[in-house]
Amino acid sequence: MKEKDFLRISNKKYNSRLIVGTGKYKNFEECAKSVEISGAEIVTVAVRRVNIQDKSKPILMDYINPRKITYLPNTAGCFNSTEALRTLRLAREIGGWKLVKLEVLGDKKTLLPDMIETLRSTEVLTKEGFKVMVYCNDDPLMAKRLENAGAVAIMPLAAPIGSGLGIQNKTNIKIIRSQTKLPLIIDAGLGQSSDAAEAMELGCDGVLINTAIAKAKNPLKMALAMKHAVTAGRYSYLAGRIKKNILGVRSTSKKGII
Amino acid sequence: MMKKINKVKIRINGKIFNLKPKMTLKDVIIKYKIPLKKVAIELNKKIVNKQELGKIKIKKFDKIEIVHFIGGG
Repeated sequence: MKEKDFLRISNKKYNSRLIVGTGKYKNFEECAKSVEISGAEIVTVAVRRVNIQDKSKPILMDYINPRKITYLPNTAGCFNSTEALRTLRLAREIGGWKLVKLEVLGDKKTLLPDMIETLRSTEVLTKEGFKVMVYCNDDPLMAKRLENAGAVAIMPLAAPIGSGLGIQNKTNIKIIRSQTKLPLIIDAGLGQSSDAAEAMELGCDGVLINTAIAKAKNPLKMALAMKHAVTAGRYSYLAGRIKKNILGVRSTSKKGII
Repeated sequence: MMKKINKVKIRINGKIFNLKPKMTLKDVIIKYKIPLKKVAIELNKKIVNKQELGKIKIKKFDKIEIVHFIGGG
């Protein structure tokens, strides 16, 4: 194994393969602490209205320094291309962010992505100079189309957002892995650290986790568990697993047996 | 008798504000102590270049959106 095993996204290198979301935490302190413990170097953030009349409330940037941690603006809550494009153009204006996470949802109950709108938005954003990491379905054909449209990372779901179900279609994730050299990041649906390890063992380049950490009984401990799971899964993948065998294969030589 | 000033009715982030006429967007930002480096501003659905705020005067029925980053997944 090479000494340095970076996650590379759009010509930038990151030591950590874990990206974490900053939503759903009890407060900013807990969120910032979880991010720190997780070792994540990229966090997703959302774009919302400033409270004009009450500015006494703390804001995210007071707790997570965007100079130290890469902010990845997302389009959470957008249900069509127009909303998503508007949101990311505003995000870029806040501070020159070009690396963004596109997420266009199609259904309020399942929160599954609308892939037609997602593909359209990817094309437009790429033309405008954005580096688009795309949340998508676990569909190899759609993943290929996104790649052709200029996505800088393919981010298929494991299961619906916040569901904690873990990877539902391992075969499709393997197919997507085999067909692309782009960073492949599992985004949404993971529930526990073994899910993260599994994603990495399938050959994914990283995972993006929010709810599984933020809503764990102890988010700080889960942040640590996820950090180690991602590392363990990555090493396991790089090491190459043994072949499966339905019969026993002895570990000790018979030579010299008494 | 006091001179009557016609206020300008605009919307900022969905709320109605009655502001003095001839105010620029920069004046609005200063009035509400908005941390300019941490926000993006939209005027009537068009993004405003932050360098140009002093050149743009508010007018009746303007819709201003001022956004920043919050926690999200």
